[in-house]
Parts: sequence; structure tokens; C-alpha cells
Amino acid sequence: MSSHNAAPYYFVPGPSRWPMLGGLSLLITMIGASAWVNDASWGSTVNFIGIACTLTVLYFWFGDAIKESEGGMYSKRIDHSYRWSMGWFIFSEVMFFGAFFGALFYARTITLPWLGDLDHKFIWPDFVAQWGNSPAGTIEPYTSMGPFPIPTINTALLLTSGLTLTIAHHALVAGKRAKTIVWLAATVLLGAVFMGFQAYEYIHAYHELNLKLTSGIYGSTFFMLTGFHGFHVTMGAIMLGVVLVRLMKGHFTPEHHFAFEGAAWYWHFVDVVWLGLYVVVYWM
Amino acid sequence: ADSAAAATEYSKATGGTGGPVANQLNLQPPATKIATEIYDLHNLMMYICLAIFIAVFGVMFYSIFKHRKSLGHKPATFHESTAVEIAWTVVPFLIVIGMALPATRTVVAMKDTSNADITIKATGMQWKWGYDYLKGEGEGINFISNIATPRSQVGSPGVAPTEKRSDTYLIEVDNEVVVPVNRKIRIVTTANDVIHAWTIPAFGVKQDAIPGFVRDTWFKAEHTGVYRGNCVELCGKEHAFMPIVVRVVTADEYTAWVDKKKKELAALADDPNKTWTIDELKTKGEKVYNTNCVACHQATGKGVPGAFASLDGSAVVNGPKADQIHVLLNGQKSGKFPSEMPAWKQLSDTDIAAVITYTRNSWSNKAAENIVQPAEVLAARK
Amino acid sequence: MSTTVDHAHDHAHGHDHAHDHPHGLQRWLFATNHKDIGTLYLWFSFIMLLSGGVLALMIRTELFQPGLQFFQPEFFNQLTTMHGLVMVFGAIMPAFVGFANWMIPLQVGASDMAFARMNNFSFWLLPPAALLLAGSFFVPGGATAAGWTLYAPLSTQMGPGMDMGIFAMHIMGASSIMGSINIIVTILNMRAPGMTLMKMPMFCWTWLITAYLLIAVMPVLAGAITMTLTDRHFGTSFFNAAGGGDPVMYQHIFWFFGHPEVYIMILPAFGIVSQIIPAFARKPLFGYASMVYATASIAILSFIVWAHHMFTTGMPVTSQLFFMYATMLIAIPTGVKVFNWIATMWKGSMTFETPMLFSVGFLFVFTMGGFTGLILAVTPIDIQLQDTYYVVAHFHYVLVAGSLFALFAGFYYWGPKWTGFMYNETMGKIHFWASLITFNITFFPMHFLGLAGMPRRYADYPAQFTDFNSIASIGAFGFGLCQVFFLFFVVLPSIRGGKPAADKPWEGAEGLEWTVPSPAPFHTFEEPPIVK
Ligand code: HEA
Ligand code: HEA
Ligand code: CUA
Ligand SMILES: [Cu+2]
Repeated sequence: MSSHNAAPYYFVPGPSRWPMLGGLSLLITMIGASAWVNDASWGSTVNFIGIACTLTVLYFWFGDAIKESEGGMYSKRIDHSYRWSMGWFIFSEVMFFGAFFGALFYARTITLPWLGDLDHKFIWPDFVAQWGNSPAGTIEPYTSMGPFPIPTINTALLLTSGLTLTIAHHALVAGKRAKTIVWLAATVLLGAVFMGFQAYEYIHAYHELNLKLTSGIYGSTFFMLTGFHGFHVTMGAIMLGVVLVRLMKGHFTPEHHFAFEGAAWYWHFVDVVWLGLYVVVYWM
Repeated sequence: ADSAAAATEYSKATGGTGGPVANQLNLQPPATKIATEIYDLHNLMMYICLAIFIAVFGVMFYSIFKHRKSLGHKPATFHESTAVEIAWTVVPFLIVIGMALPATRTVVAMKDTSNADITIKATGMQWKWGYDYLKGEGEGINFISNIATPRSQVGSPGVAPTEKRSDTYLIEVDNEVVVPVNRKIRIVTTANDVIHAWTIPAFGVKQDAIPGFVRDTWFKAEHTGVYRGNCVELCGKEHAFMPIVVRVVTADEYTAWVDKKKKELAALADDPNKTWTIDELKTKGEKVYNTNCVACHQATGKGVPGAFASLDGSAVVNGPKADQIHVLLNGQKSGKFPSEMPAWKQLSDTDIAAVITYTRNSWSNKAAENIVQPAEVLAARK
Repeated sequence: MSTTVDHAHDHAHGHDHAHDHPHGLQRWLFATNHKDIGTLYLWFSFIMLLSGGVLALMIRTELFQPGLQFFQPEFFNQLTTMHGLVMVFGAIMPAFVGFANWMIPLQVGASDMAFARMNNFSFWLLPPAALLLAGSFFVPGGATAAGWTLYAPLSTQMGPGMDMGIFAMHIMGASSIMGSINIIVTILNMRAPGMTLMKMPMFCWTWLITAYLLIAVMPVLAGAITMTLTDRHFGTSFFNAAGGGDPVMYQHIFWFFGHPEVYIMILPAFGIVSQIIPAFARKPLFGYASMVYATASIAILSFIVWAHHMFTTGMPVTSQLFFMYATMLIAIPTGVKVFNWIATMWKGSMTFETPMLFSVGFLFVFTMGGFTGLILAVTPIDIQLQDTYYVVAHFHYVLVAGSLFALFAGFYYWGPKWTGFMYNETMGKIHFWASLITFNITFFPMHFLGLAGMPRRYADYPAQFTDFNSIASIGAFGFGLCQVFFLFFVVLPSIRGGKPAADKPWEGAEGLEWTVPSPAPFHTFEEPPIVK
């Protein structure tokens, strides 16, 4: 096996079963999902099995990568590769959110006045072009979601978490492991509290505001945007959590800790998306 | 007399059908000013593109024939020239502008739907068109336009057609849109279910019909005659079977048509309180079934397994009639089939009563409640 | 000292020595070698080409005559839809990724792709997606029949096959994004010392830009079909006017993806041709820098033209004009490319082996497709021709004679490097001429059909359209046969044996890939070469 003190010029892993098994797991997941959304009784079970398999595969796969990293196989050049790749991955996520932000923009500034114009009186005689209305009156009345208090609290939480994360990073670069762990843990915790508030907000929306996923285009864009954001917060928190565990196990050095930085970039990205949401979903 | 000659000539140019001609190589002969502009624009584009094509590939083929190794041609080594690069960026840019300018005028003209003489709403439905004359002479006229080509000309997989195909195979309808010549007609499109598109190529008109939205377009036909088009947005299984036919007539003929149509409508607006006999309802119901239902539920009433419900032996058809009236008026999404049963409330009370009665007494069905009167449908609408 | 660590092996056998050459099934299932993965991609895409081709032949069979002879219209629509999806996502895109895998590391002097395991994952996502698509034919209601563009609200009417299609496209999207990240990182981070960006082979340049496009637009497609999914099953109203949504919004989101997508399928083709023409003209590529800028311009412009697919949806006149002008501008950078290729041939010393034939064929026939595209870009003309066979003719000219011909050209050019054997030149030439002729027999008449007004996605048509349809159908079978011929008389023989290929079988070829032996050994450039 390779020596542990000199990293190869560019480390290329040998054959690995994980990618192929990952593909298979996703196949199971998707078969299950297709069946589930069409109300087949076995759909959810198969879907969960698929997800469990996928997560297992990822666990072993990342395990291999971590072993290689800690085994000193990753040269500077690989570190660069990871940096580039994380950047581009985040760009792809930006575009994904872009689709939903675009839908919100289009529905509000193009569809809404259109449906309310004179010609459309043919079809929707009583429609008033006001955001959150349905032309057909097919949607049960609901109250839309304002910025106070939860979204504002959540904004504060996420901004603070960005701060704590930066403190943790500085501590890591300064070689202060204990301090890093504390601040990183605080970050994850803030993320968890954020998710708690978010869950509370959803319950509130459903039970008190009668605001649901089915509440027309307002409900659609509201829940899909905040929902996908919440999902990304969860992913980010899991990534930070893994980094936290690795820190406690003694992984990373002040010079070599891209896993930390990658997760941090992701976290900041999720943060920025939230600021966008906060403005266009809650305020406007 | 001039206009009559033009019309005859036009009709000849389209093989007498007003639709496409076999082995036609260019756009259909234009019948409006806009269509003429489009026709000319297309020819212009063709000439320019052809000229560029010949020039560019003339050079290439010259090079291919002269600069080959087998002729002992030695390769040059040049591989850059800023001047040339600029030239072949700027020249195409100018050409493109030359193309876009005349097009711009036409785009603006096509979009101007103001000051129409007559406004007609065309509603796309799976798989037929509904027309409402909204404004201008003929206001109030409305009808459904179905394909007139019988299935016996189409055939089906494994079953040869039993009837010879007509010249207007798939481009003929039972109720044509009739409009006067030389009047600006505004077409307002919308749809009931999915997106369809309304087109008459000879008019240079094509407009999507979008459910929940209205869009518009216009034409002013220059001579009388019949003009044919098809639904051009994929709208499900019968997409190829929902043609559009417009008959352009003189002002006098139009007035006469409007009178006739109005009288027909008055006669059709049957009294929902009239009581019908079961045989009357069955006969009428069969017609309604064959125009509206047969595409999905089939002539056998057995539907299509996995796609469309069977009416033969159906619990709804043989059960309480109130349920079946409800399904016809409101549609139904059972989740068992990919597409849903649409609502048919645009049909008259009598039509709905008749078709229900028909299905309850056809095939193997022997429903206990075997007759539905129009008044019951009217009551259920409320 | 080996630079590989073999975990799979560790787990499986507990051996601790690394094999350089994995064998048997595991070599392919667990591959982390860019050449093996490239081969997997190429085979996968070829199988999809045949499958999509069979669907096309079924379409052409039904359309040979008017009337309904073979298939019910609802099944016909499934054929059309799946043909489009399989060809675009299964055949053309993965084929270019296969080329990227094989050639980019060799061309930039890298030992492998940047992320070898993720590379394999990108590949192994494709067969599951293909299985989902194929399987969807067999669920109640059949495969999705909403057209490859999956327009709402027709797509909301479909059965479970639609959901399988959506999930398949999610998976393929993920595969494309990972593949693209891999390609970008390989190009940006793993070039051999001395290989500056502006010295890089054109194929790498076009792929760099393509990968950027992919990362930018695949997530948008994912967003669009996710909205379709939630509209179908979870009661959202994105595309439903009754809830304040808009079916046309789907089209905007889709085409924001869809238009860049068509350049995703042509830019790597430009790259391949840009390698081949200089090689056989024995003269350097003319205007290298302007080629790079032209490619980038096409990519940038591709983001602002999408609504040229939507001129008949009824948009404000200003939007129509904007999208018309922007679309027409793309002719300029594309023209620059065409002119540069011809200037490269000019005063060269040309020979016409099969790769060059396919490249010249590409140039000639693709340009015809480009011109019909330009004609479609003119809004009033497009309104006449939208959703007719003219559009079908246009995009087969650019996709079959464009992308597919370039792929064939690339196969003949680099195949010897892959297999170590020369293909049979006579067979190659037969493949080219027969393909070129039958291609035109198939698709040229479709222009006339479209001009005369024959709508696309029609299971049956007015009888006036019969003759051209019959010709097209005959041509299609001929073209299909050519590809079977390609498989049995070119590909398979050149894998099994033949004249051994020299390291550099083409006199005028340039680039690092020709400095390694043919067939390229399992590992190349483990220590990067120095480029002067
Ligand atoms: C590889 C794929 C590919 C490529 C490269 C292109 C290239 C182009 N396409 Fe095409 N297109 C498709 C694939 C592609 N297209 C597909 C799949 C569809 C249908 C989708 C669907 O509905 O299912 C479609 C549909 C489509 C439409 C919509 C038609 C409709 O549905 O109504 C339009 C309209 O503008 C269009 C335009 C263009 C233009 C202007 C180009 C330009 O890029 C072409 C530029 C090239 C040239 C112009 C030739 C070379 C230039 C010169 C020699 C220079 C000199 C020339 C001049 C100055 C004029 N395309
Ligand atoms: C991306 C690339 C691509 C390619 C390569 C092709 C290739 C072909 N396509 Fe196309 N096509 C599309 C993309 C492509 N297509 C798209 C995007 C659409 C739009 C879909 C939509 O409307 O939604 C479309 C639509 C489309 C239509 C319109 C359908 C309609 O509107 O209803 C037609 C009709 O003729 C057609 C024909 C063909 C033919 C004859 C070929 C030929 O080139 C195929 C050649 C045949 C083969 C390569 C098969 C060879 C194999 C055998 C002969 C059998 C061997 C068997 C075994 C080995 C078991 N295609
Ligand atoms: Cu209606 Cu197509
Ligand atoms: Cu486009």
C-alpha cells in the first residue's frame, strides 16, 4: 500500500462498489416513490428501503474518502479539486432555487395581472388581481404569512449561526480544537432551533391560518420555497454534524480541513437563500 | 366579379379543398395580407440563406477539390487573422439586421387585434372546438365543432378502413366557423382542459388556447372560400382529430347564415320541462354519445382497459341515476385512470338526459332507473 | 509504489495488494478508471440510440400511410415522447460524456478524472433512469405521452408512467451535474504543467463551456418537473390557473433549460469537429481564440432566447421582438465557427478518411439545420411553422446530422486509440455515404410537410401529406439499417481485431492523446507530462 507520508501527485481511488450500489439504491428509492405517489400500498416501504440503502452507501463511501484523507493520500491538488467542485455544486443549488424564485416572480408579476385583466373577465368575472387570491374562488380563505415574529427570529438565528461558524473556523485555523468544537456545536444547535421554529410555523400555518400547500399559487410557492430551504438547512446541519464528530475524533489540521470549509460554504449559501426568502416571501 | 375570380383561383391553388395540396413545396397560398407578408418573408429568408449557403460551401468545395494531398497540395501554415474574423462577424451581423427589420413590421401588425368587426371565442376541448360569437354581427351564436371524418375512413390497428377517404380526410368538421369576407375577425382562444392551438395556415394565424387564460389573434380573409387547419398543440390521444374549418362568405351570405343559425339555436333551446319518451331519448342519446363520448368510452361501451372506464356493466351507469347525472355535470377523477372524466355541463339538459338514458339501456346494461328526463338534469345543475 | 487504494478489494477478499487491472464484471461495475467509464458511457448511449431508433421506426411505420394501421393514438404519443426523451437524455448527452471521459484526461495530460468514484456514480445513475423509463411503458396507462417537453397541464393528466419519467429525469439530471462538475474540475485543476487554457484542445474548451451550461440549467429542469410532480399529487397550483398558476410558466421554466440544452448537445460536437478538421487538413485550426470566444458567446446567448419556442403562446409584442432578435444573433458566433472551419481547410493538404468525411458532412448538413433554425427564429414565420414537421426537420438536421454525425466522426478519429485497431476504412466510408443519403431522404421531405402545414405529434394526417411521409419512412428504415451496419461491420470488428493502430494513426493529428500508445494503457500520465 501507499506510503503515508508523501501524498501521490493526484490520488485516484481504486475500484469501488459504492457508486454502483448507490445507483441501485436510487433505483429502489425512485420505484418506491413512483408507487407511493400513486397510492400503491407497498410504495412507501420500498421508498424507505431505497433511502436507507442510499444513506448506507453514502456512509461507507464517505468513510472511504475520510480514510484516504486521514491516510494522507490527498495532496494540495486534490484539495483544490474539492474546492472547485463544492463551488460548482453550490452554483447548481443556486439555479435550483432560482427555478422556484423565478416561479414566484412570474406568478406574481406576470400571471396575476394577466388573470385580472379585462379580457380574462370572460373566464374569471369576479377575480381581483391581488396576490394570494384564486381566480376561481376554489381555494379556502387563508391568511398569508408575515415576517413577524418567527421569520424574523429565524433570520436572526441563521445570521448568528453564520457568525458562530466563522468563529469556529478561526479557532480551527488557530489550532484550538476545543474552541472549534464548542462554536461548531453552537452552530448546529442554532440550525436545529431554526428548524424547530420552522416546524412550528408550518403547524401554525396549517391550523390557525388555514394556509396549506393547496392554498393556490401562494401556498405552492410559500411551502415549496421554505420547504426546500428547510431541507437544505437540515442537510447543512447534518454535514456540520459529521464535521463535528470528525473534529471530536481528532480529524483535520489547521492547514487541511476542507470538509469543514465545504460544509461552511454550504451553510453560508443556505443562509443567503434564507435572506432572499425573508425579503421576497415574507416581506413583499 | 374580380373577387369571385380570385376566390376561384385560390380554391384551385389548394386543390379545391382549401387545405394542403399533395406534394406542396412551400407555405399554403396566403389568403390574408399577413399571410402574404409571411410568405414573402419566408421566401426572402430562403433566398438569403441559399445565397450564403452557396457562397460558403462553394468555397469549401473548391478547397476540397483543389487543396487535397492527392493533388500534392502542400499545407499552408497561416492560422489567424483578426481582420478576417472581424469581417465575418460584422457582415453576418448586418445580414441579420436586414432580416429582422422587415419581420419586425409584420410582428407588430400581427399583434394588433384592436377594432375587430367580429369577435369569436374558440375554446379547445379534448377533442373538439367550441365557438362563441361574442361581438359583432352574429353575437350570441355558439356551437361545438367536431371532426366530420367517420372512423370508418380512419380504421384502427389491425382493422382496415371500410370507407374510401375523402379529399378532406381529417380536415372536415360538422359545424364550420362562418365569417364574412374582408372583415377583421378577432379570435379569442381559451381551453377547457389542456393546451390546444388554433390555426389556419392560409390566414397566417396560429394561437395557443390555454386553459384558464384567454389569448387573441386576428385575420381578415381576402376572398371567400373554405380554409382548413388542425389543432397544433399536443393535447392527448385525439390530438390529430380536432380540425378547424373556416368558411369565408360574402356579407349577404353571412347575414343569411346568422339568421339561419339563430333560428336553429332557438329551436334547439328546447324546453327542459318537456317530457320525452324513452325511445326518443335513446335515439337522441345515441347521437350525443357518438359525437362526445365514443372517443374514450368506445362504441362498444367497454372503454379502453387502463385508460378509459367501461360503461358496459358500470356500477354508476346501472346504479342510481342521480350519481350519473352528477358525474356528467361535474366530471370525475377516480384515480383509477390517468385522465379524468371531464365535466359536460356545456351540453344541454336534453342532451345529458338523452345520453344517460342511452347508456342505461345499451350493451348489457339494464338499469333499474332506466330513464332520465331533462328536468331532472336541470334540477341537478342547481 | 502504486497510487491506488483498493477498498472494494479490501472488503471483498482481504487482500492487501492493489491490482492495477481489475478483471471481469467488477472491472465494469466498480470502475474508477476514466477509460473504462468512458467505454461504459459509450456503450450505454449506443444502446439507447438503438432503442430510441426503434421507437422512431415505430413512429415512421405508423406514419407510412394515413389512417391508423398499427398503433392506437395514445400509444403513438408515448412513442413520440419516449423517442425524444431517450434520444436526448439517453443517447446524445451520455455519448458526449463518454467522449469527455475518454479524451479529456488524455488531452490535458491528467491521470484520470478529478473524482473517479463520483465519475462512476454519474454513469451508474443512467441505467436505473433508463430502466425507469423503459418500465414506464408497462404500468397502467403506459409511458408518459405528453411530448418530451412534458407540457403542463397535459402532463398532469398522465398516469404513473409520468411519475416514473419525472424521477428518471431527476436521476439523469443528478448524473449530468456530477459529470459536469467532474469535467470542469478536471479541466481547471488537472491540466499538465505548461498547458494554459488557451493552449487547450478545442474539445476540452467546448466541454468546459458545455459543463457550465449543464450545471446552470439541469437544476432548473429539476425544478420544473418537481413542480409538475407536486401539481400532480400534492395539490399545488403552479400550472393551474384556477389556483392562480399558469401553464405557460411551465414552458418558460422548461425552455430556460431546454434551449441551453440544445447547445449542450451541439457544443461538444463543435469541439470534436474542431479537432478533426485541422488533423486532416494538416494545418492548424484557424482562429483558435475566436473559436473559444464564439463558443462562449453561443453559451451566453443561449440563456436569453428561450421564448422562441413559445411565440404562439401569445406574449407581448416587445417580448416577441426581443426573443427574435436575440435568437438571430446566435447565427453570428455559429457563423464564425463555420467560417473558421472552412478557413482551416483552405490551402490545406486534405485527405478524406472517414472522420474527415463525417466532419465535412456535419458541416454541410448541420448548416442547413442552422439556417432552418434561423428561419424559425423569425417570429412571423415561426408562427406559421411552430409545431409542424418543419420544426421536426430543423432539429433532426442539427441533432442527427449535427450531434450524431460529429459523434461518429469522433468515433472514427479516436476509436483506434481506444481499441488499438484501425477500423475498416471501406466500411467506414460506406457507413458515411449511406447515412448521409438516407438521412436526407428521411428528413428533407419533412421541411415540405411542415411548410404545407402538417402538425407534429400526429398519429394520423390528412391524405395530402402521404407521399412525403412515405418517403421519410423508407429513408428512416434505411438510416436505421446504416446504424446496424455500423455496429456489426465497423464497431465490433474494430474491437475484435484488425490492423494495429499506430500511436498516432493520423498524420496531421496533434495533441497529448497521440503521445501514448494505442490502445491507451489502463493508466496514463500518472506523472503529468510537461507541455511546452
Ligand atoms: C443541437 C440542437 C440544436 C441546435 C444547434 C439548434 C440551433 C438553432 N435553433 Fe433549434 N431546435 C432544436 C435543436 C437545436 N437547434 C430542437 C430540439 C428544437 C425543437 C424542440 C421541440 O419543440 O421539441 C428546436 C426548435 C427551434 C425553434 C422553435 C421552433 C418552434 O417550435 O416553433 C427555433 C426558433 O427560433 C430554433 C432556432 C434555432 C436557431 C436560430 C439555431 C442557431 O443556433 C443556428 C445557428 C446556425 C446557423 C445560422 C448556420 C451557420 C451560420 C452561418 C453559415 C453564418 C452566416 C449566416 C447568417 C448571417 C444568416 N430552434
Ligand atoms: C436527440 C436526437 C434524436 C435522434 C438521433 C433522432 C433520430 C430519429 N428521429 Fe427523432 N426526435 C427527437 C430527437 C432525435 N431523433 C426529438 C427530441 C423529437 C421530439 C419528440 C417530441 O415531439 O416530443 C423527435 C421526434 C421525431 C419525430 C416526430 C414524431 C412526432 O412528431 O410524432 C419523428 C418522425 O419521423 C422522428 C424520427 C426520427 C428518426 C427516423 C430518427 C433516426 O435517426 C433513427 C435511426 C434509427 C436507428 C438508429 C435505429 C437502428 C436500429 C434498428 C434498425 C434495430 C436494431 C435492433 C436491435 C439492435 C435490437 N423523430
Ligand atoms: Cu387539441 Cu391538439
Ligand atoms: Cu431553442
